[in-house]
Amino acid sequence: MRLALTVNGRPVEREIAPQTLLLDFVRDDLGLTGAKRSCEVQVCGTCTLLVDGRPVSSCCYLAADASGHDVLTIEGLRERPEFERLERAFLEHAALQCGFCTPGMLLTVSALLADEALTSEGAIKHNLAGNLCRCTGYRGIVEAVADLAGVGA
Amino acid sequence: MTTLERPRTVAPQVGRSAPRRDGAEKLRGQAEFAGDIVVPHMLHGKVLRSPVPHARIVSLDARAAEAMPGVVCVLTSNDVSGAFWGHAIKDRPIVAVGKVRFAGEPVAAVAAEDEATALAALDAIEVEYEDLPVVGTVEDALAPAAALVHDGDLRPGLFHGLGELPPRDGNVCYRFRMDRGEIEAVFAHADLVVEGEYSFPAVYQYAMETHAVVAHALGDQITVWASCQHPFLVRAELAALFDVPLANVRVVVPYLGGGFGSKSYTKMEPVTVALARKAGKPVRIQNRVAESMVTTRRHGMRCRMRTAMTREGKLLGRDVECWFDTGAYADNGPRVTATGADAAPGPYRWEAYRVDAACVYTNTAPSGSYRAFGATHLQWIGESQVDELARQAGLDPLDARRASLCVPGEELRAGGKPLDADLIGDVERAAAAVGWDEPKSANVGRGVSVGLLAAGAHPVSTAVVRLEADGRVVVLVGTTEVGQGARTALAQIAAEEIGVEVEQVTVRGTDTRYTPYDRSTGASRSTTLAGLAVQRAAAEVRSQLEEIAGGDEIEPGAIPGLIAGRFGLHGGELIGHGEVAPTGTGSYAEGPVFWEVCVGAAEVEVDPDTGTVRVRKTATIADVGKAINPLLVERQDEGGTMQGLGNALFEEMVYEDGLLLNETLLDYRVPSFEDLPDEMTCIVVENGDGPGPYGAKGCGEGSLAATTAAIVTALADAGVPMTELPLTPERVWRRIRQLTEEGVWPR
Repeated sequence: MRLALTVNGRPVEREIAPQTLLLDFVRDDLGLTGAKRSCEVQVCGTCTLLVDGRPVSSCCYLAADASGHDVLTIEGLRERPEFERLERAFLEHAALQCGFCTPGMLLTVSALLADEALTSEGAIKHNLAGNLCRCTGYRGIVEAVADLAGVGA
Repeated sequence: MTTLERPRTVAPQVGRSAPRRDGAEKLRGQAEFAGDIVVPHMLHGKVLRSPVPHARIVSLDARAAEAMPGVVCVLTSNDVSGAFWGHAIKDRPIVAVGKVRFAGEPVAAVAAEDEATALAALDAIEVEYEDLPVVGTVEDALAPAAALVHDGDLRPGLFHGLGELPPRDGNVCYRFRMDRGEIEAVFAHADLVVEGEYSFPAVYQYAMETHAVVAHALGDQITVWASCQHPFLVRAELAALFDVPLANVRVVVPYLGGGFGSKSYTKMEPVTVALARKAGKPVRIQNRVAESMVTTRRHGMRCRMRTAMTREGKLLGRDVECWFDTGAYADNGPRVTATGADAAPGPYRWEAYRVDAACVYTNTAPSGSYRAFGATHLQWIGESQVDELARQAGLDPLDARRASLCVPGEELRAGGKPLDADLIGDVERAAAAVGWDEPKSANVGRGVSVGLLAAGAHPVSTAVVRLEADGRVVVLVGTTEVGQGARTALAQIAAEEIGVEVEQVTVRGTDTRYTPYDRSTGASRSTTLAGLAVQRAAAEVRSQLEEIAGGDEIEPGAIPGLIAGRFGLHGGELIGHGEVAPTGTGSYAEGPVFWEVCVGAAEVEVDPDTGTVRVRKTATIADVGKAINPLLVERQDEGGTMQGLGNALFEEMVYEDGLLLNETLLDYRVPSFEDLPDEMTCIVVENGDGPGPYGAKGCGEGSLAATTAAIVTALADAGVPMTELPLTPERVWRRIRQLTEEGVWPR
């Protein structure tokens, strides 16, 4: 089937098999490997991409369902002006270790910041619970995100 | 402790929380992992895994699969029979030969032009199995007339490092015993004795990146890009397995998406190389989570322990038997068993102890390393018994520890390294951090735990430091960046020695073709041992610079000019070499390189109606000698703390008759943001008492063992002593009901 959508602000058209997952489409067809595969059951969040600004688990999301929509990957987010703030906060708080979950984490955080959903430390923990990190123990991430959201942690 | 004596031209680079050198790459999604690597003409590999735990392979027919369009080849036992691998015991075929020993064991592998074709081809392979009796648990394996998982002689691997391996005894593949004093006499005269039987579950490391390997084998040259923690041991194992010289095997290690021991030693490399050899083209195999879960895990363990104390509260003796379930292949089981035995007595001043630890084959997935192995298995048990004895003696748990903990310089085991840490100071700090003396409400408990972990593994590391003509520094060292921050800490050490800012230093990933030898990335050894090698190599560069400068101060900006002066043109470089080798024979008995401190405290609240345990506070001690990067030390400890919380509260691989029942993240729960304790404190202790650079010693594992144990002792303090982990609501609720019937709840 023919797929037409916007990826990182640029129009993309490709011939794909109808069962192609969005994660495989961005990684294999477009070479955007920032998104990672891990649990494949929508628990870990490491494959998170934004579709029209909403976080989705691209390992369980058909590329065809993104037809006509606007997909943002880490490769697009890092070109946006707000990325510098995210990057600085995560570096200052050492809010990453192996980096495998980091792109998905940043995309989720950027969507939640845009929604102004992170109104307290409790809200940060609750809203980020769909993104696992096995390395950091989460505290650095909570501190970084609290800084970004302007709430105390 | 060594400090720089020369005048400084740049601020100290060691001891500051420099931002991670790999931070930007990782945040921007530019960090490359093994599964991101694409090489020209690369095929995709998939592994056919056994659906049954123990069976004879009656027949295997791959003709239909081989005939499928897009399939390049199918690897079967016909291609690999006679070749066995395993760093401790060479007990593993590349794919099953004649018999399968666990559900999930590789039986065949397909190389195809795309992943979907490879997957479809697996279904076309016909295998007939004839079931054999399943040895599903340690109890099954030790029963009289139990079926044997392996029936041949044990062939020692290249890297067990445990002296001469004893012969196999039924399903017991390794045994470690140690004792001191007259154990029976001590127990016969003790005032207070507690004893019990305990069990610890199999646990999955869950590095978020699953095992991934790209292999290319041409003639007698083998190249692999692998998610491995110990590239030089993988190189040696592949060289031996495929009978080629070491230098013909090239192992390239990109960033690892977590390891925690799951990528220690060799895992998916042999089958990927064998498949690539047969295909004549490069092949990539990337496990799914369910496959990585049966590639390696933490050993489940059963334990019988008793501990004796005087009425006044002095610990006397401890007697331990434990059985580690190593699954169908030994993997790192012998080392885990020895380290567990080492950790079993705990760092107390004993009149006598006796430990008998067995490593047992079963028909379950192989068990290997997982962060703080051995200590995590045993510390919660020993510390539970110390607390129960203290309670009977009418002592505060902290006072009981003050009375019997070893002090710095005291011998822990005959001929081994004496204690190199202030444990009493450490446990007092941890206790204070969770409000030890503050009043508690009902159903709230506080606990501490103290332990040690034999750390450092085998002390062999080398490093090369290159000072380039533009004043930038490149460090070549075989440490794998698994997330722990090695590339940052080692860069800080090189910067400090040479006298440049850390931002001028890059630590490269390992490529065994160019990177000098390092034993492994594990056992908290990188900062201590690779760090020492880097320090020595960088110091060598510094002395060359000083010679060129002829006594003038060396401003970083002047370095390019000095190098140009030395070589006459803008070119050339200064190269330093550093090495760490054992002072003795490097044997296990002489070790460890250092004792990693496992000290923590916790406050928990239990809901008696549901059995739910909530961890309100944790405190851990990073007793690191010298923190090269204090913030990264804290972050390491916090990561260990959350894994310790998961190991204590809910992580468990559930097996039934040799079949894993919870093979997805839906059923196997790991901690999330919402599991964070209300307060999580990491205290960095710097006594300069480590053998590494500037008095440093490793960290990052101790907090796991300490946290698991402190949660257990805190729950016991709330009135619910437990003998089986994890502390699921059901188990805790049943225990409370039992205690109620016995009339001891509420306490």
